[in-house]
Amino acid sequence: MKYVVLIYGNPESRQAWEGMSDEQRAAGLAYYQQLNDDLDASGERIVSERLAFPELTTRVRAGDGGTMTTDGPFAEAKEFLAGFYLLDCESHERAVEIAGRIPEAAFGVVEVRPVMGLHGPDL
Amino acid sequence: MTEVESLLRELAPQVLVALVRHYGGFDTCEDAVQEALLAASQQWPASGIPDHPKGWLITTASRRRIEQFRSETARQRREQAVALAEPADPEPVAVDDTLTLLLLCCHPSLTRPSQVALTLRAVGGLTTAEIARAFLVPEATIGQRISRAKQKLRGERLTGEESPERLAAVLQVLYLIYTEGHTASSGDALNRVELTTEAIRLVRRLRAELPDDGEVTGLLALMLLTEARRPARVDPTGALVPLADQDRTRWTAEFVEEGVSLITKALSTAPVGPYQLQAAIAAVHDEAATAAETDWAQILTLYDLLRVVAPGPMVTLNRIVAFAQVHGPEAGLAELAGVELKAHHRVDAVRGHLLERSGDVAGAREAYLAAARRTLSLPEQAYLQSRAAKLKP
Repeated sequence: MKYVVLIYGNPESRQAWEGMSDEQRAAGLAYYQQLNDDLDASGERIVSERLAFPELTTRVRAGDGGTMTTDGPFAEAKEFLAGFYLLDCESHERAVEIAGRIPEAAFGVVEVRPVMGLHGPDL
Repeated sequence: MTEVESLLRELAPQVLVALVRHYGGFDTCEDAVQEALLAASQQWPASGIPDHPKGWLITTASRRRIEQFRSETARQRREQAVALAEPADPEPVAVDDTLTLLLLCCHPSLTRPSQVALTLRAVGGLTTAEIARAFLVPEATIGQRISRAKQKLRGERLTGEESPERLAAVLQVLYLIYTEGHTASSGDALNRVELTTEAIRLVRRLRAELPDDGEVTGLLALMLLTEARRPARVDPTGALVPLADQDRTRWTAEFVEEGVSLITKALSTAPVGPYQLQAAIAAVHDEAATAAETDWAQILTLYDLLRVVAPGPMVTLNRIVAFAQVHGPEAGLAELAGVELKAHHRVDAVRGHLLERSGDVAGAREAYLAAARRTLSLPEQAYLQSRAAKLKP
């Protein structure tokens, strides 16, 4: 079964990241590297990416007047997508277990969503 | 599949067993066999198939294995300069060792997805790319799974000792390969269909070694009886057609015939088991010329037995479907209310069917929509939404 793990940041988690020393950041990235290595070894990681900060977001709307784009984050949005994993693992429980290892699970929001496919899990 | 390809698939597991028996070390032997298969697939189409293709493969793979061994040893003991006595070529084994290899690939130390991948590669002779395509995951994911599995099995010996649990795991893996191919065949990924053929081929080979095992025969019968319905299972637009609405003239008659004869024989000679019971249920369905002629009373009896032999939520739910066919939808709904089943779209779908038959249109629609929201299968979602749409208030 495939699952997407969505990692959300918020102003506090962003501030925490920006306040970190280079060593602390390196340690944070090393932690992710270890997680990725483990998931590659078990064959469960299909892909994962870290996303740029929300300032670089372009929102696209297609309508009668052509395509309209707006820049930047939205003031009302406190949480922003910071990264994601696409996993292929045995069960929902296992996907949740992996999501629990993501540091943002402690201070941001991490979501697990099953991927729609040709068939779902058995009862 | 070309003649060379099918021959190589047939011989791959036999060559692998011969090598592992002789040298030990599943992972290095498997690598050597892969190289020999590659060489054969490149040379044979041009040069023709050799007189003793299996011997050719064993010899070629053995040489690769020895070369690997030498280069490893050379690295390890360069200063000692130990000369290695060349092991003699292993004798081609006459007996079919599919079972031995299956038992190793379905080793309890491996996770189920690893067992499946390794079985398809080592016993089925599929390439990593083919397996990845079949399961719609990147080749690297399957590659990792297989190499990890091989590492784990490094110290394991080929014993061929089959305990009932080990054989049960093998049957489960083969059934999983079948159902993966079967459910996926309703989608747009046509190349996945091959998994059902592959699973049936592997069970046939297993049965050639264990002809008296009722569950092996039961599993083969179950696959054939399910496979028989495949041409009618999906309509030209790719939508799922439920069993009751299938055009039964499109079922594959020879699969039905073979499946029925296999299960009839197994039930009369072997102790009963879950695969035999499921095959018997499939046989009752397949023997009915129309859905209306289905012998639901007999199916209910078989589910009652299955509930004792192999209880599980799917069995509970399917038994309720049969119960409702025999005793009416209201009785079925009462049964459904009386059991604890965790939230799952199939539970909602069955409730929808029963409510529809009992005349509760609004309730049925709601249940179908709930099921459609909950399912993770695109074809099933389309089917459930169409059921709900037909009941528009």
